[in-house]
Amino acid sequence: MTKKDIFINATFKDNSIWRQILGICSALAVTNLMLNSLIMGLGVTFTLIMANMTISLIRNWTPRSVRMMVQVLIIAAYVIIVDIFLKANMPLISKQLGPYVGLIITNCILMGRAEAFASKNKVFDSFVDGVGSGLGYTIVLLGISFVRELFGFGSIFGFKVLGSWWTNWSIMVMAPSAFFLLAMLIWGVNTYYYKVKA
Amino acid sequence: MDISAFVLFWAAIFTGNILLTYFLGMCSYLSISKEIESAFGLGVAVIFVLIVTSALNWLVYYYILVPFHIVYLQYIVFIIVIAAFVQFLELIIERYTPALYYSLGIFLPLITVNCAILGVGLFMIIRQYNFIQTVAFAAGSGIGWLMAILMLAGIRRKLKEKMVPVGLRGAGISLIITGIMALGFIGFSGIVQIQ
Repeated sequence: MTKKDIFINATFKDNSIWRQILGICSALAVTNLMLNSLIMGLGVTFTLIMANMTISLIRNWTPRSVRMMVQVLIIAAYVIIVDIFLKANMPLISKQLGPYVGLIITNCILMGRAEAFASKNKVFDSFVDGVGSGLGYTIVLLGISFVRELFGFGSIFGFKVLGSWWTNWSIMVMAPSAFFLLAMLIWGVNTYYYKVKA
Repeated sequence: MDISAFVLFWAAIFTGNILLTYFLGMCSYLSISKEIESAFGLGVAVIFVLIVTSALNWLVYYYILVPFHIVYLQYIVFIIVIAAFVQFLELIIERYTPALYYSLGIFLPLITVNCAILGVGLFMIIRQYNFIQTVAFAAGSGIGWLMAILMLAGIRRKLKEKMVPVGLRGAGISLIITGIMALGFIGFSGIVQIQ
């Protein structure tokens, strides 16, 4: 596989969220504001890239029986870096994201990519895969949060775009809308992108 | 936080359901909800692991991490405690009750990466629960999760023979059902508020 194929695969064809249905927790939880989604997406992308590269680097020296534990610990170490960085530089957003930054550790995307890709491939390929998967995740988060923030607060990235005539849809800020929007996204992608037939 | 543990327990089941409000444990919720029996087995295992590991993590956090000023290591320590406990539990169940192992054993490895377990651990630190509150919150969260996955499994069994749009089959329709359940649970939110 060429680098381009790996990238396209990780970002679109095998997108973690809409194809593999992984990492749904955070995709639903942080998407009521676009800024939070962007920060979360960047955090996950950073962790993915670094964890993928590290796991790929030591793949030949990791005994199979303890590899899950090793992978989790590597991921946890990078998540701590992300968490400390956010706490120091963006305390407000760190507070809003709350436990979901720490929960990147149990985000299935990380373990999924480590197990399915990084533990079998070269370092640079794993890097490309990490960038692609992270980008695919961020795109979905931004898409969902765009709709939720626009209808729920009348704003985009915190800037008011809909005037005072707009009545906020409080349902968009609450949990159910996240489920509905993600379901609609998966439906649309299945129908128009993968063109699944009965 | 001076909420009584009893209130927290009910709040964790209804008003702040771990899955329907905080979206934790979605991966195994979507993939293991095809049959009611396995959903029930997984749910029971989650309740048990959740209560024990939250209690352990609370003790570790306040008696080891805080006195030694290594709070920033909490993620690594929590995940090690969870993984070690699950491994230990697997060994014990396999050794002493093989029958239970065959029905529950396959779910145990899944639980380590279930975000609900780590999520409850992180919530209890952020919201500064005391020990009793933590146990009540963990028990309520576990029961709430079991309830949600049982409801989904029941509905999905009925859906098997129904005509669902092709692109929506599987995860899509499960998410829509979950959304409707979450809408229903908003109705409980007036009873009690935990932040």
